[in-house]
Amino acid sequence: MPRYLMSVHGPADRGEFGDYPSKQDMEQAFADTGVFNDMLERKGYFVFADGLAPVATATTVDGQGAAPVLHDGPYLEAKEHLGGFWIIEAPDLDVALDLAAQGSKACRGIVEVRPFMSPVDAEDLMGQ
Amino acid sequence: MTQVAEAITRVHHAEWSRVVAGLARRFGDLDVAEDAAAEAFAVAVERWPVGGVPVNPGAWLTTVASRKALDRLRRESHRDTKQREAAMLSDEMAPGLGTAPGPVADDRLRLIFTCCHPALAIPARVALTLRMLGGLSVAEIASAFLVQETTMAQRITRAKAKIKAAHIPYRVPLAADIADRSAAVMTVLFLIFNEGYLASGGGDALRVDLTDEAIRLTRLVRELLPDDGEVAGLLALMLLTDARHRARVSATGELVTLSEQDRDLWDAGLIAEGSSLVRERIAAVAAGGPSPGRFQLLAAINAVHTAAASVDDTDWAQIRTLYDRLVLIDPSPVVALNRAVVIAEIDGAAAGLRIVDGLGEPLAAYHAFHATRADLLRRLSRREEAVAAYDLAIDLAGNVGERAYLRRRRDEVAGDA
Repeated sequence: MPRYLMSVHGPADRGEFGDYPSKQDMEQAFADTGVFNDMLERKGYFVFADGLAPVATATTVDGQGAAPVLHDGPYLEAKEHLGGFWIIEAPDLDVALDLAAQGSKACRGIVEVRPFMSPVDAEDLMGQ
Repeated sequence: MTQVAEAITRVHHAEWSRVVAGLARRFGDLDVAEDAAAEAFAVAVERWPVGGVPVNPGAWLTTVASRKALDRLRRESHRDTKQREAAMLSDEMAPGLGTAPGPVADDRLRLIFTCCHPALAIPARVALTLRMLGGLSVAEIASAFLVQETTMAQRITRAKAKIKAAHIPYRVPLAADIADRSAAVMTVLFLIFNEGYLASGGGDALRVDLTDEAIRLTRLVRELLPDDGEVAGLLALMLLTDARHRARVSATGELVTLSEQDRDLWDAGLIAEGSSLVRERIAAVAAGGPSPGRFQLLAAINAVHTAAASVDDTDWAQIRTLYDRLVLIDPSPVVALNRAVVIAEIDGAAAGLRIVDGLGEPLAAYHAFHATRADLLRRLSRREEAVAAYDLAIDLAGNVGERAYLRRRRDEVAGDA
């Protein structure tokens, strides 16, 4: 079954309650996301999901040269950053988009849906 | 054109979408389907002039195209082709791009919903629909939408790659989603029609090839979704609009407004067909069906226009009632602008202008806003302001025939001043 990455994007600067206006909102969003995750597991869509620590905790590494080059911060400087993600398995994009809409509502964030490369896509890329 | 060439053109129109859609279901790949169908038509062009047109050209093309598709898959035998091939030899076992059944089982309907999927950008939906359902060449689509052929080819290739990689399903949406999804299909068909009826650029005021194609595809969707009132409304709207096309451009290539058109040039057959669809919808709504949407109301407005023997005989009150309902479901400034034109007919140019002047902010870059304003100012003898508004409209209008009309009007007003 096709796998999709559903990534949640939010502001780089988080407030006292993360990306949420109040403690109550934050708790409600966590609870709703928990319910959504349970549903994913129950219906067999769930592969993995988690939230990420703030973008300020990121370190970027380029190990292509003689010695690795470290850089404090994210790879791309932007106003919005990846805050968390799900990896799901769904029969087609319509199902994935429907789940993304539910996930977006639960976590109060914008969700990007992107398919993982399939073995056939990989072969095409290798020019076989 | 020879008889055989005519037959090939006719068969291409009638059978292209059916052949491509059947192959898409069977092979589960739009690229394979499109290439194989194109190859089959190429073989027909070569063979039919010699051997004659087959009794059942559609079946002939499907057979040849299927063989071509299988050949291609055999050549690409590095994959799990053996297995897929075995499945594809039996049409019933086809894996397809998705096997979930929808309420209607027609290959072409599945294909049009795939091409118009909301996950694709609108220009890509338009291009894919014209290519896969309409059978237009990439060069034809590119020239219709004034982009480079390479750009258009890339747009189509990317859309097909997304359909494949993201697993956009090849199926008719479930009943619960069909209204949303058919709205996406209708948007695409209406865009194709409008591009033909008021070309946004290039050397032609009208693109009959595109309006014809849009009508043909809408007839197809209507055949496939006979109970959808908005599809019927869209078809009626296109027919009633297209009925006036011979009167719409003057001998000098200038666009002629509705009020100045020679009504003897209107196509009575198309008007009769469009009006009968509108009556059918009015009866369905009266019998308790869902209330009419945007396309049904626009069709009804056009039916009132085409029913009038002259501008003076137009039932403006009826049109105003229809616009009042349209504003409720589509409160866009463009609808408000069109409604203002009707108000001007009923309550006078000053009343119309008051509404138009309130729309200046959202419509500042819209040529029709300035053209409408110019016309109302002209009627109120505010000549200098009218000339200035015509100038803005001329700058913003992309259509050659429309620019010619606006220039003549501006010069008339300027001459009077």
